[in-house]
Amino acid sequence: MAIGWYLVVSALIFSIGAAGVLVRRSPLVILLCLELMLNAANLALVAFSRMWGGEDGQVFALIVMVIAACEVTVGLGLIVAMHRRQLPIDVDDLRELQG
Amino acid sequence: MSAVLFFIAAIGAIAGAIGVVMLRNSFYSVLSLVCHLVSLAALFLLLRAEFVAAAQVIVYAGAVMVLYVFVVAYVGGGEEIPTRSGLRLLGPLLALALAVELCVALLGTALKGISGKGAPYLPGFGTPEHIGKLFLTKYLFPFEVASLLLLVAAIGAIVLARRRRGLEPDEELEARYHPPLPSWVGSMAEAGGLTHFEETPGRQEPPPSPESPARPETEPIGSQS
Repeated sequence: MAIGWYLVVSALIFSIGAAGVLVRRSPLVILLCLELMLNAANLALVAFSRMWGGEDGQVFALIVMVIAACEVTVGLGLIVAMHRRQLPIDVDDLRELQG
Repeated sequence: MSAVLFFIAAIGAIAGAIGVVMLRNSFYSVLSLVCHLVSLAALFLLLRAEFVAAAQVIVYAGAVMVLYVFVVAYVGGGEEIPTRSGLRLLGPLLALALAVELCVALLGTALKGISGKGAPYLPGFGTPEHIGKLFLTKYLFPFEVASLLLLVAAIGAIVLARRRRGLEPDEELEARYHPPLPSWVGSMAEAGGLTHFEETPGRQEPPPSPESPARPETEPIGSQS
């Protein structure tokens, strides 16, 4: 398959993830949609690595996976803290962060 | 053959992504993301990135998704009430515009290699050996920074999610370490071994064991265990 097909799939997954971040209100699902966008970037990196024949893109894909794991850890910790304080698990109700 | 595999994996990945966004129950969203990640690992294998595919399945679909499932079970992410504002239509429109824009950029690109099948495959491309060599020579600094970032994230999660004193009453712990005592504990009557059996009529006195002879009632006995 041509490399362009992989990039089209990557663009579609990124757009779906962006739509999820905009539409959904539960912070858990917003974190999942962020994962979708990071994975789309990963797919593009690996496709470009195949296109050039070097492994540098795969190295950066692995580093992006590390970043995603860190983001998930801190985000889930925040959600657990919100649940402990009995705040609503809903980004529309948490308006204090708007300033 | 590779085209068939590509389309199966791509449809699986996109369907999983749509399922994450559309499903109302967040638990089903997590399961849909697992499907998406496994399909994406198949795409990585088609791109000859074996180590990245294995790391995707083990780290993402294994470890991170288990963390998600635990948190969804802890928080109890139930059904989400749909938004009532007009922003509900604006979000998908923006995403559609983004998709169209990205596809136009891809189709109108001047990159020559994008329509080819990629560089000729050399044996050993994408194996852990090559990736590890790159990580420890050329990309040593990003590797170390990533390990430091993981440490900071772990400490941050512990600080964020720990149980704070004063935030909530620790009634369970209090009850476990200081169980409520009967009223006769510590009184002189207990020391004499006299009255507490009358005070708690439901309690049966255990029969004296044959090794220990029955003590006279005036002799003080130890605390009732």
